[in-house]
Amino acid sequence: MASISDKASPISKLETYIPGFDFIAGGGLPEGRSTLVSGTSGSAKTVLATQFLAEGIAKAEESGVFVTFEETPKDIRRNMSGFGWDIQEWETMGKWAFVDISPTAGDRTIITGDYDLGGLLVRIEHAASKVNAKRVVIDSIGSIFSQVNDSAIVRSELLRVATMLKEIGVTSLITAERTEEYGDVARYGVEEFVADNVIILRNNMEQEKRRRTIEILKFRGTYHQKGEYPFTILPNKGIIIIPLSAMELQQKSSTVRITSGNVELDKMCGGGFFRDSIILASGATGNGKTLMATEFIAGGVSNGERCLLLAFEESREQLFRNASGWGFDYRQMEKEGKLKVVCEYPETAGLEDHLIKIRNEIDEFKPNRLVVDSLSALERISSIKGFREFVIGLTSFIKHGEIAGLFTATTPNLMGGTSITETHISTITDSIILLRYVEMLGEMRRGLTVLKMRGSMHDKDIREYTIDGTGMHIGKPFRNVTGIISGSPAYIANSEIERISSLFENEKV
Amino acid sequence: MNKILLKLYITGQTPKSERAIANIRRICERDAQEKYELVIIDILEQPELAEEAKILATPTLTKELPPPLSRVIGDLADIDKVLLGLDMETVTRTTGKEV
Repeated sequence: MASISDKASPISKLETYIPGFDFIAGGGLPEGRSTLVSGTSGSAKTVLATQFLAEGIAKAEESGVFVTFEETPKDIRRNMSGFGWDIQEWETMGKWAFVDISPTAGDRTIITGDYDLGGLLVRIEHAASKVNAKRVVIDSIGSIFSQVNDSAIVRSELLRVATMLKEIGVTSLITAERTEEYGDVARYGVEEFVADNVIILRNNMEQEKRRRTIEILKFRGTYHQKGEYPFTILPNKGIIIIPLSAMELQQKSSTVRITSGNVELDKMCGGGFFRDSIILASGATGNGKTLMATEFIAGGVSNGERCLLLAFEESREQLFRNASGWGFDYRQMEKEGKLKVVCEYPETAGLEDHLIKIRNEIDEFKPNRLVVDSLSALERISSIKGFREFVIGLTSFIKHGEIAGLFTATTPNLMGGTSITETHISTITDSIILLRYVEMLGEMRRGLTVLKMRGSMHDKDIREYTIDGTGMHIGKPFRNVTGIISGSPAYIANSEIERISSLFENEKV
Repeated sequence: MNKILLKLYITGQTPKSERAIANIRRICERDAQEKYELVIIDILEQPELAEEAKILATPTLTKELPPPLSRVIGDLADIDKVLLGLDMETVTRTTGKEV
């Protein structure tokens, strides 16, 4: 009899090397145990399972066994080659073995009398010892019912399989089909009993957009992140999980100032932006956001910094023309390798894909400054939650790289008001600059204010600015106008201002 | 006359295995014996043969010749069902009456 004082050894984790997974799983899959992966049809169960083996072979020299109940090995080899996984090659190298339980067409099978699934057990064990497997995948376990339909036998035999897997010390992923995105864990109700751990893959429809998520439902006796995490599937890579809300706020904070590209704006910000800060420039259409971004880039380039411009609203040609209109030569900057302009329609991909693409661009180009023009364009293609997660993912990534980021956001109203983008991400940004139209005595003028500047003093005035062929010129504060930001400016006569100032003069004396 | 090639896959000397062996021997003996070739395969000893024949359950009886390939899963308790499964009804009809 085991005594109570027997110390249980803590469960160790096996790194899967699936991007993002080990983070949400608190280090990886529980080692030496079985984990059930359940999902509806088309939720990427087979991809995840295959990737588990593929990454093991590629990154850790850990061999794997793939037990297939549905597709033939031939189909799997072909379907998975698009992810860059050469299964055939691994098979010849003795790192990968198939156990083929897929139904054979035209096979006649009759059942009479007592039986067990000894064949399955023996074959898995044999294959595992043949390649010296550390990882085993069974895909998909529910399909066993198409060949053997006695659920009592299936249940007891699956338990034997699970016990055997534990005994030979492999870490396994077992996939199972479910019928609803939010409902029973798996279709037949027996699948979840074979595994200590359950992962759910979802492929939800959200505002006409498909959104794939992964959730670790339970890891018996060990830690994991909770909730759904979005993931995407890319050719030549496979599944990439984006651990957005799990990102840690542990970026260093720099006190180094960099120029905004505009001398006056630098002064308003107390000497420039911080080197690793996120700046949001918000304003109505046509009031100088792209110009501010252009000056920000030019300011960086003139200091020898590298700048990456991600444009989602205008084409390359338009951007280059606009910049030259203000006296900046993007073509020359690109030639010198100081600038990279990436233009894309927001609609070409989902937000998750955009995020990964942006990360790749950043990894490749290694910029000091990043401009996204505009963030609002990306908001169109996603749900509010997805957009917020995207911004968090992006900001935390660029902060890690000590990159200064300038994002632009478009307000829906010409005068005053805030944009939806702003309300959702204002807490994530370090600085917010508002650009507003000011209607005064039958004239449209422009006003700018630094609303927020984390960690620094800044100018609280609303300053007037003008735009001409040489860029943005920030002038005097609007002293005789109120209500600019609220969108209903009111003109106060000069005499009134003098009267108010004079009220205090007596006290000074 | 064509030979009938039968293979019985078992996992060790379990009661199920013993029953299946006894049952298939009985079936074979009812007919002229030389017509059958019965191979008993213990997949614990030869797991690669189980992989080759795609054996899922044990015991499994396969009829490899003449084609088509057919399988009977279980301890072969019901002889008529076994014969049906092996596509050998004709054989029973000629000899079955005497049993």
